[in-house]
Amino acid sequence: MRKTDIILLVEDDEVDILSAHRAFKELDIPNPLVVMKNGEEALKMLRNKDAQLPALIILDLNMPKVNGLEFLKTYKRDARLRWIPSVVLTTSANLNDITKAFDHQVAGYIVKPLDFHEFKVAIQKIFDYWRLCELPEIP
Amino acid sequence: MNSNNPILLVEDDQVDAMTVERAFRDLEINNELIHAVNGLDALDHLRDGSKEPSLILLDINMPRMNGIEFLRELKSNDRFKRIPVVVLTTSNDQKDKFETYDLGISGYMLKPIDYQAFVSLMREINNYWTLSEAPN
Repeated sequence: MRKTDIILLVEDDEVDILSAHRAFKELDIPNPLVVMKNGEEALKMLRNKDAQLPALIILDLNMPKVNGLEFLKTYKRDARLRWIPSVVLTTSANLNDITKAFDHQVAGYIVKPLDFHEFKVAIQKIFDYWRLCELPEIP
Repeated sequence: MNSNNPILLVEDDQVDAMTVERAFRDLEINNELIHAVNGLDALDHLRDGSKEPSLILLDINMPRMNGIEFLRELKSNDRFKRIPVVVLTTSNDQKDKFETYDLGISGYMLKPIDYQAFVSLMREINNYWTLSEAPN
């Protein structure tokens, strides 16, 4: 992942959005973090041909309108979008959610730590891994 | 790693396979490392193995069945399609990157030549897949 690549966070909870921004800032993560508040908004952004596509999606599962699994199912059927890797970051440790998320080809499933310090450690590990990953050139 | 299940390495180069084994030892990753020498061999291991691997490390350029052909088989199989795959290759080809992500890989890493850099890479892979839940 290049420093200028966009990371898309799909998350409805205001506190979690603030935590993510704070973690990115404190960890000096250079990538721009774009936030969409549910699956419907995120799909709209991805389908807008004038908007730059993200290199990575960090995805909550429990959201109003289009939830995380519905969002995954939809964009993974779209030939223009399905290459984009998604990492689930959620409070749900439900086995059924985990299985379904991997059925829809998520590239990781992380249970969101409640404590901010641990949350930051999780974001650091996610970033360190994807920083090393090669991604296709974004059209 | 997030489970005690084995890790399947699909790699035709004997030296590269030994480097992965050595890095596992140095990082004290205790999962059993199963070595398949190409895609066909890997499918045989998956079908015969008693324990499903928790992660597959996949080279691309291999004889008989290459990494992309293997991914197509794996991802169209309902029993195996959830197993996360990390590509570990020397190929910097855009087409390989696009095709493998399109098929649902969970990461694409270029093999460093330097051993210490290789160990660092394996450390990050291990950290990430320890943090992540396992699909099975």
